[in-house]
Amino acid sequence: MKLESAIPEGPVEGKWDKHRFEMKLVNPANKRKFRVLVVGSGLAGGSAAATLAELGYEVLCFCFQDSARRAHSIAAQGGINAAKNYQNDGDSVYRLFYDTVKGGDFRSREANVYRLAQVSANIIDQCVAQGVPFAREYGGQLANRSFGGAQVSRTFYARGQTGQQLLLGCYAGLSRQVGLGNVKMFPRTELLDVVVVDGLARGIVTRDLVSGKVESFAGDAVVLATGGYSNVFYLSTNAKGCNVTAAWRAHKRGAGFANPCYTQIHPTCIPQSGDHQSKLTLMSESLRNDGRVWVPKEPGDTRKPRDIPEDQRDYYLERKYPSFGNLAPRDIASRSAKEACDAGLGVGPGGRGVFLDFRDAIQRLGKNAIEQRYGNLFEMYQRITDDDPYEVPMRIYPAPHYSMGGLWVDYNLMSTVPGLHVIGEANFSDHGANRLGASALMQGLADGYFILPYTIGHYFATHKPGPVDTDHAEFKRVEKEVEERMQRFVSIGGKRTPDSFHRELGRLMWNNVGMARTKESLEEALREIPRIRDEFWSDVRVVGGRSEMNNALEQAGRVADFLEFAETMALDALTRDESCGGHFREEHQSEEGEAVRNDADFCHAAVWEYTGEGNAPMEHREPLDFPNVPLATRSYK
Amino acid sequence: MKLTLRIWRQKGPDVAGDLETHELPDVSPDMSFLEMLDVLNEQLQNEGKEPVAFDHDCREGICGMCSLVIDGVPHGPMKATTTCQLHMRTFHDGDTITIEPFRAKAFPVIKDLCIDRGAFDRISASGGFVSVNTGGAPDANAVPIGKEDADAAMDAAACIGCGACVAACPNASAMLYVSAKVGHLAHLPQGQPERGRRARSMVETMDAEGFGNCRNYYECEAVCPKEISHHFIGGMNRDFLKANLCGGE
Repeated sequence: MKLESAIPEGPVEGKWDKHRFEMKLVNPANKRKFRVLVVGSGLAGGSAAATLAELGYEVLCFCFQDSARRAHSIAAQGGINAAKNYQNDGDSVYRLFYDTVKGGDFRSREANVYRLAQVSANIIDQCVAQGVPFAREYGGQLANRSFGGAQVSRTFYARGQTGQQLLLGCYAGLSRQVGLGNVKMFPRTELLDVVVVDGLARGIVTRDLVSGKVESFAGDAVVLATGGYSNVFYLSTNAKGCNVTAAWRAHKRGAGFANPCYTQIHPTCIPQSGDHQSKLTLMSESLRNDGRVWVPKEPGDTRKPRDIPEDQRDYYLERKYPSFGNLAPRDIASRSAKEACDAGLGVGPGGRGVFLDFRDAIQRLGKNAIEQRYGNLFEMYQRITDDDPYEVPMRIYPAPHYSMGGLWVDYNLMSTVPGLHVIGEANFSDHGANRLGASALMQGLADGYFILPYTIGHYFATHKPGPVDTDHAEFKRVEKEVEERMQRFVSIGGKRTPDSFHRELGRLMWNNVGMARTKESLEEALREIPRIRDEFWSDVRVVGGRSEMNNALEQAGRVADFLEFAETMALDALTRDESCGGHFREEHQSEEGEAVRNDADFCHAAVWEYTGEGNAPMEHREPLDFPNVPLATRSYK
Repeated sequence: MKLTLRIWRQKGPDVAGDLETHELPDVSPDMSFLEMLDVLNEQLQNEGKEPVAFDHDCREGICGMCSLVIDGVPHGPMKATTTCQLHMRTFHDGDTITIEPFRAKAFPVIKDLCIDRGAFDRISASGGFVSVNTGGAPDANAVPIGKEDADAAMDAAACIGCGACVAACPNASAMLYVSAKVGHLAHLPQGQPERGRRARSMVETMDAEGFGNCRNYYECEAVCPKEISHHFIGGMNRDFLKANLCGGE
C-alpha cells in the first residue's frame, strides 16, 4: 500500500488555487458519460450527489434510511463554523485554520485544514442561497455564536437544529436533481461490498432492505459518504443505524484505514438512565456558552443542587482553564468530567454526571433570552429526564459522538483504492485527534459542495476508467460472497440476538478503549474482541429469512463488521503510545492530567492495511508536517 | 410497570394484517417508547419469533423516521413529541397500549409498522427547492432578511417530514407537510422567483400521489411533533390560487 498524499507544492495559502488550476478537467459534454455511485445522503453525500449532477455527471445515490433527508447529519444541533469575520472580532481564514490544527492536537493534515477554512465562507453563502433559515439579527444580518476551542464568534446556527436545516437545504438541491432525472435515488438500500476491477473501484453490491434482493451497481467512481463508527461503543449519540460496514468493507478491499483510535467523546450528553438504554442524547455544545459546569466540592454531597452554596461548588473548567472556561475543547471538557466523577464528585444515579447550570445566565439575561437561544434543547432535556432545566441544573456526562479516524484519503479525497473517494466523517483528514465543535457540518459540506466535485473530474480525466458492467466476473464473485454471508447469518441458529452481542462489544470498548486507555486495558480488549466475535459466529440467532425485510439480519451484518473493526481500533490505540486529543493513554499525561504528545515518534497518521482474515493488519505511516502552525503543547488556560 | 401491547403485524403490502397481543412484565418508566419495543423484540427473538418491524433511527426526535400510531394518535399522547421521545412514564402500570402504523392510501404498509413515505420525496422533487446550483452564490449577508421573516421561515422549516399530519387527518391530507416547505421558502427572498410555480407543482404532485384535501379539522397541527401551524396551509392556498389565477409559467 502506497500513501501518496498528493499535497500540492507551495505556500499553504496558495495550494488549493494552484491545484484547482492544475487539475485536469472533463469537457461538459463528456461528463454525462461518467457514472458516480454516491453512498450516503448526509451533508457530504447529499451535497456531493447534487453538485455532481449539476455538473452533468450521471449520479446514483444510496441510503439505508427511507429518505435521503433522514441521514444522521440531521441531528447536529449547534452550528457550522465559517471564517466570515462578520462579528469583526479578528477572525480570518488563517485563524480558523490555526484553531482547527491546534484543536486537532497536531494530528491533522495542514493542507487539508487550510482548504477547509478557505471554502468555509462559500458554504454559508451557498446555504443562504438555498434558503437555509439561519438565525438573524433584527437588522437582517446573520447571527453568530461561540463554540469550544475558539475565542471568536464564527458559528452560524438555525436554532438548535442547524444540522437539520443544512441537510434539508442539501436534500432540496438533491431533490431538484432527482426531479430533473439527473440523480437516481435508492433509499432503504445498504452497501454490503465494494467491487474493485483491475485495481480501480468500479462498483458496489447492495441489499434492498425491503425485498432483501442483493444487487450490483457499476460505475466509474464510488464515493463513500457513510459517516462514522461511534456505534462501535453501542451507546453513542449516533443514530441507531449508523455503522462501519461500508468503510470496513472498502477497507477489506484495499482501502487503508487511518487513525481508527481517534474517537470523540462529547462532554455534554444526557447520562444513561438504565440497562435498557439504546442510545445517548447529545445536548449541544452551544449550551456551554451560557451554562456553567460544576460539581460539589465534597464527595457524596446529596443536597439538592440549589441548596449547595456557591463556595461549596467547583466550577472546575473555569478554575482549570480561565481563558476558555466552559468553552474548553471537547476532549478536555470530557476528561475533566470523568476526572471529577472518578474522584467521587459525580452527581445523579451512579455518580456518572456533572451539573450544567443556567441559573446565572437566567438571572443575567432573563428566562426569555435563554428560551430564545436554547428552548428546544431544554424541552428535549425535560422530555427525556423529567427535570426542568430552567429550575434545576442539567446533568450531563460524556458520550461517544464522532470519529475523527476514517478511511485514509489523499488531498483529492481519494482512498488508497483509485476511484474510491471518501468524504465527510467517513474520511480521516481534517480533524486530527480531536474535532472542534461546529466543524463536522463544515467539513461534510466542504467535501461535498466544493472539493470532491473538482477532484473527481481530475480522476476521470487522468485515469480514464473504461467500460465495465455488472456481468463482469468480479461483480458476480463479490455478489456471491455477499449472498453466502447473508445465508450464513440466517443459518447459524444460535441463542443470542445480534443486539446482545453489540451491547457486549460496546461495554468492552467503552471500558477499555474509551475516554482513557492503558496498555493493559487495550491488551485485554484485544483478547476479548476475538472471543466475542467467535461466540457471535457460533451463537447468533437471526430470526427470519434473507429475502425479506429483516431488521435482525441488517443488524447482524453491522455487528459482524464492528466486531472486526473493533480489533483494528484497539490495536491502533495500543500502537499509538502517546496521548493526543481524544486518544488519551493514561501512561502519558502531565501532572495536571493533560494529554502529553510524543511528536518525535507519533507525528504521523497511522494507516492500516488489511492483510486477510486471521492476519494482523499492517501499519503504514504518513508523516505529518506543521510548517505553518508550529508544534506546541495545547494550552487553553 | 406491567403492560399489554396490541401490535399491528402485517407480513407485506399485499397481505392482510392483524393485531397481536403481547405482555411485557417489567417496563421501566425511564425507558423511551422505542426502548420498550426493543425489549419486546429481544423477548420475541429469544422465543424464536420474528421481531416487530418498526422504523426508527436518530431516536432524538429529529430524523422523522419513527412513525407509530399509539392508542389512535400518531406519535402518541404527548404533545409536540415524536414516538422516539415519548417515555414510558407517560403510561401507567397495567395499561393496554395499541400500536399501529401511520395509515394513509399514499403510505402503503411495507411490513408490520413500517410504511412507504416515498410520496413525500416525490413531492419535494417536484418543487421543494430554490433552483440554485453550487457555486457563485452572493455573500450571505448581501440580502438582509428581517428577524421576523427568518423566524417565520424557520418555524415552517422545522418540519421533520414524518407524516404524522397525514396519519391524523381524516382525509389523509398532506397539506401541512407541503405548506411547511412552501411557507418556509415563501418567507425568504431566495424563494420568491419560483414561489408560484413551487406551490402549484407541489400541490399537483400531492394530489397525484393520492393525498386528500384539507377540510380544516386541524388534527395535523394537533399531532405535529414540531407544532407546525395550520396557518401555513392558508399561505400555501393563497400562493396556489394566485399562481393559477395569474397564470405565468
